[in-house]
Amino acid sequence: MFDFSDFTSWLDTVLLRVMPEWLTILVECVLVALGIITLYAIFAMVMIYVERKFCAFVQCRLGPDRVGPWGTIQVVCDVLKMLTKEIVSLRKTDRFLHALAPFLVVTASMTTFACLPWNKGAQIIDFNVGVFFFLAVGSIGVVGILLAGWSANNKYSLIGAMRAGAQIISYELSIGMVMLTMICLAGTMSFSELCQNQAEGGWYIFRGHFVALAAFIVYLIAGNAECNRGPFDLPESESELTAGYHTEYSGMDFGYYYLAEYLNLFICAGMASTVFLGGWAPFVIPGLDGFNEVMAMIPGFVWFLAKVFFVLFLLLWERWTFPRLRIDQILTLEWKYLIPISMTLLVLMALCVSLGLTF
Amino acid sequence: MAVRKSAPVINNIPYEEFKDNETLEKLIDELNAGGVSAAVAPLDKLIDWGRSNSLWPLTFATSCCGIEFMAVAAARYDMARFGFEITRNSPRQGDVLLVNGTITTKMAPVVKRLYDQMCDPKYVIAVGGCAISGGPFTKSYHVVKGVDKILPVDVYCPGCPPRPESFLYAMMQLQRKVRVENFFGTTNRKQKDPYKETIGFGSEEYAELLNQQEQA
Amino acid sequence: MSNMINPIVVAPEELHDKLAALKAEGYDFLECLTGCDWGEEGLGVVYSLTKSSTTFEMTHVKCVATDKENPTLPTACDLWDIANIYEREVYDFYGIIFLGHPDMRRLFLREDWVGFPMRKDDKPEEKNAEIPATNENISDTRHKYTLDAEGNLKCEDTPVFADDAYVVNIGPQHPSTHGVLHLRTAIEGERVKQIDPHLGYIHRGIEKISESLTYPQTLALTDRMDYLGAMQTRHALCMCIEQAMGIEVSERVQVIRTIMDELQRIDSHILFFSCLCQDLGATTAFLYGFRDREEILKIFEKTTGGRLIINYNMIGGVAHDLHPDFVEDVKHFINETMPKGLKEYHKIFTGNVIFRNRSIGVGPLTREQVISYGCTGGTGRAAGWHCDLRKHRPYAAYGKVNFNEITFESGDSMDRYMVRLKEIEESCEIIRQLIDNIPEGPIQEKMKPIVKVPEGCYYSAVEGSRGILGVYLESKGDKSPYRLHYRSTGLPLVAALDEACRDFMIADLITIGGTMDYIIPDIDR
Repeated sequence: MFDFSDFTSWLDTVLLRVMPEWLTILVECVLVALGIITLYAIFAMVMIYVERKFCAFVQCRLGPDRVGPWGTIQVVCDVLKMLTKEIVSLRKTDRFLHALAPFLVVTASMTTFACLPWNKGAQIIDFNVGVFFFLAVGSIGVVGILLAGWSANNKYSLIGAMRAGAQIISYELSIGMVMLTMICLAGTMSFSELCQNQAEGGWYIFRGHFVALAAFIVYLIAGNAECNRGPFDLPESESELTAGYHTEYSGMDFGYYYLAEYLNLFICAGMASTVFLGGWAPFVIPGLDGFNEVMAMIPGFVWFLAKVFFVLFLLLWERWTFPRLRIDQILTLEWKYLIPISMTLLVLMALCVSLGLTF
Repeated sequence: MAVRKSAPVINNIPYEEFKDNETLEKLIDELNAGGVSAAVAPLDKLIDWGRSNSLWPLTFATSCCGIEFMAVAAARYDMARFGFEITRNSPRQGDVLLVNGTITTKMAPVVKRLYDQMCDPKYVIAVGGCAISGGPFTKSYHVVKGVDKILPVDVYCPGCPPRPESFLYAMMQLQRKVRVENFFGTTNRKQKDPYKETIGFGSEEYAELLNQQEQA
Repeated sequence: MSNMINPIVVAPEELHDKLAALKAEGYDFLECLTGCDWGEEGLGVVYSLTKSSTTFEMTHVKCVATDKENPTLPTACDLWDIANIYEREVYDFYGIIFLGHPDMRRLFLREDWVGFPMRKDDKPEEKNAEIPATNENISDTRHKYTLDAEGNLKCEDTPVFADDAYVVNIGPQHPSTHGVLHLRTAIEGERVKQIDPHLGYIHRGIEKISESLTYPQTLALTDRMDYLGAMQTRHALCMCIEQAMGIEVSERVQVIRTIMDELQRIDSHILFFSCLCQDLGATTAFLYGFRDREEILKIFEKTTGGRLIINYNMIGGVAHDLHPDFVEDVKHFINETMPKGLKEYHKIFTGNVIFRNRSIGVGPLTREQVISYGCTGGTGRAAGWHCDLRKHRPYAAYGKVNFNEITFESGDSMDRYMVRLKEIEESCEIIRQLIDNIPEGPIQEKMKPIVKVPEGCYYSAVEGSRGILGVYLESKGDKSPYRLHYRSTGLPLVAALDEACRDFMIADLITIGGTMDYIIPDIDR
């Protein structure tokens, strides 16, 4: 199987030959950062395009089809437009916080983006408490949202931000709980090891019986809420709060929220496929060696992306089908249903693991 | 060296078939007379292309035309095809103010404020007879006879209400107009602060105005 | 059948007692309240009262204020909740002050408006700028006028909102107010404490313009009032004028009008469904609704040439004969498209657990409340009030068809929603009974070139898409009406909004507003 670390170690040795060690590290860091930002931008655009086409498909429309073949470069236009749109600075707002907020959101989503294991040997941030790191950094985003609502001096923004705060912080609990359940099964918190284990022993969603499957579903619900996507999109619910916490943002500031929203969805799907569906691990059926070999020929990042887009498909499907929840119903769903369920799952998983009932 | 602006081209519909090409040609001549340097002209073109294909309408409807506008956004006419994908509800994020319907005396200051709240570049399309001239209500005591009395209108779209096809046509006309614009140099659409000039920054009256605006 | 009315004339001192007596007699639904300037005779009002029980008999009470310069009349706010907003409308247009009314503010016009535009001698254009230079200052005080011992007016001010209320402006430009409605909403956290509707952003003075137009010209404005009930509004006005002139339209016209009204009703209810879905965040269902609605528009377009503003009914008939494909298209629509569509709506939206949770028990109105507020149409029937005029005061061809009047009990958002969807089925049923035997006959009666309505007062009402749509017409025998007043279907709904939303959440306000189904240009006229 294609191992990306071959390439990185080769690059490392080449660079070390021509420059001192500190410079090598610096150059590598810059390269990685550039890589991440490029990927981030590309995937945001792909996501926006996919979402538009998908929702057009669901809604018996065509979706963008004029700019480029099948409207593929429509998003480029949008980005160009947003880049050149005026950014208003409003009086009577807290300008510093107002300007800071979108960066916090983007930073949080970029850092979590960097946690994704793209391929064997191609994880950027990888250390032994990877899952914790992911959860911790991911929650910086909510600070950005709260700041956006607070600093805008707009009642709609404020209500939207308060909703976002209540919602995201609540749902982080069940995400954490579900992650713990899976860590309990995996015995590691490092993303590379998670994937490696699954490549060797099979995907966790199969290994963990119904408990893992239930955890997967809980994760999808909570993850969707975490991304502020419908039916949990009340922080920006347009029919109530015009545009929620980003009502007062224009141009690229709004663009950051827009990109971050889609990327968070991607990250949510990426995390689901890493923890439950084996990340870059190919699909293998024990016993069918020929089939397994063919599967292993497919490079890891293809597997990873395929899984991500499968999960995305589920999320988009749900997004375009359901009406929006109400804030009290959202909190009821979390505190009265998801948290007890995920706690039970944790206990069940611990039992399964200690009794050796997992595969 | 100057790069000349050329006539805007829209996919699928030949240039000659559009009405009112003269206005555009005049605009082009004006811009060409100023001259643009070779370095920024291609960039300008790129930006114009981007902007013209991504005109997000602001949802704003006062009466009947709004329903037809919904029909334009819905399945059969699907304006998302042209890049008018998302109707934004916040004026900060919309690009086109489609004045759908009658503007009354009471509504006029609100529309004006809405326009002021939008960010540059912003465009206005007057949709339907009422927005163009007051339509069937010109005799009324409470109707503004044409939204162009309060806002600079880019495209007029007649009809009562206009058919969805003419909505799309109006949007395409606007696209063409956006294509002949300069971002760098000669003309910039940036609107001046409307109150700064008339009232004077920092005065008491000004602060009061701001207080009012926050309510919106 | 004549629709002429002979109002009981009472003196201002006796007005309140008379109204109270009539209410006790069973006339407990204030269907319409029309202000009027009778020139020499003075300014006054006509109360149109209806028995809300199944008979739907009407009676009219006329009262003229004694003072011409500063007219005052006693209020009827304590008898009917809806009188509050109707009297504000009369005050706004005629300057008649209702004594004891708790909230005597302008309703439609700006608070700094000079004059009372509907008075015959008022010249509003001269006193008011077409484009006001300043933003409107919306005052936060209510005025209550009373007479003191010497007979002088005394004004008592009370604040609209409590001092510590957190007031959010929903509208005038807001995606889910369905137009330019301005709801000043006091909230506590997410809970709505009070709503103060602020209207008039699309007040176009249709009633005033009509007074200077000939009768056929007035027809043009009706379609633009309630644009989702264009057929029905125009039907109401045509019917009123025809009955006043004693014209009998042919069977064929009656049936065509009935079918068109029902198609329009389906159109309106589909749009109701779509917009409700959109407001609740189910964008896909919104597009499904519009997909089916296009089919109706196609039928309209073939026969009339218009999609939304149709201009089809004329005085004495209809404008064009039916398109040859009409029968076939309509049959296809009611037998294929609509049942399939409805099934889909129920699947994607009605049964959805989120929607059920958001609508059941939300914003209930009791039967007493809807009668007192005059909320007719789906809103009234959801609360168990049998108020379908098609059944109780049949007009056109409704007397000949069998259909059920859909009513529910609890009057919450879910019921209001279900009433509409069920009514689509009933409308299909009505059309099904009529479509195969549209009688032959002229589509237009012979009319004189100049239409003149004989002197008198007339009132006709039809069942519009969202309630009773009445037309009050007063003629002095000229070629244009002396006074033309429309009973708005939406105004009572907005008036009841405060009652329905109290102590529910902001998100519920959207649901309730969506299920009430009001059209703003119809409210403001």
